[in-house]
Amino acid sequence: MIDILYFARIRESLGLDKERLELPSGPVDVADLITHLTNTRGELWSQALGQANLLVSVNQVLVKPDHKICDGDEVAFFPPVSGG
Amino acid sequence: MISIQQEDFDISHEVAKLRALSGETGAIVTFTGLVRDLSSGQVVNQLFLEHYPGMTEKSIGAIVEESRQRWDLLGVRVIHRVGVLNPAEQIVMVAVSARHRSNAFSACEFIMDYLKTRAPFWKKEKGRGGEHWLETKTTDFDAAERWLD
Repeated sequence: MIDILYFARIRESLGLDKERLELPSGPVDVADLITHLTNTRGELWSQALGQANLLVSVNQVLVKPDHKICDGDEVAFFPPVSGG
Repeated sequence: MISIQQEDFDISHEVAKLRALSGETGAIVTFTGLVRDLSSGQVVNQLFLEHYPGMTEKSIGAIVEESRQRWDLLGVRVIHRVGVLNPAEQIVMVAVSARHRSNAFSACEFIMDYLKTRAPFWKKEKGRGGEHWLETKTTDFDAAERWLD
């Protein structure tokens, strides 16, 4: 199982701030996870996770799409930051 | 030391703590960020700040650590508020103490530039024109870029 967190504009579009997901067997990377979510959940998800400037973190570290996801990981999806 | 909190903070209290930290302190530089009542010509009634508990603290910690490696510093104090904020309220404070002022000035600006471009916070403005999420400005990216070697 992995935890997936959604923040800010993405959280609002999807109406979801977090969920737990069973990982399929075999190696999975961030791009695979995004493909899985957008293929199985429809247009709203394609738009939210298909943005060019989407940021992804695994275990609270920013990662690239080819980063491997393991059981027990915490994945987060968010838009560009605006703090300070 | 880093704090993410809803409550307001008192700069003089934080500066007093930095002064007490070391007798070698020759300089203390502080920056305070406030909620403006006007953004892109539109009146702002409220700001909502969201963060990623855990990652936000870690990310600011990494920025502070990098500043310590680049400049000779004594104390660094960062406070960033989250939740609902109104115009004129304080959002963020970065205070740096050092033996010499150039290190304190540089580190303070460096930390703020990276806070604006790297730290996981998201601002939503609410005004008469509706509400919308903000994104990092080009000027902020440019400011952060000048610290690259």
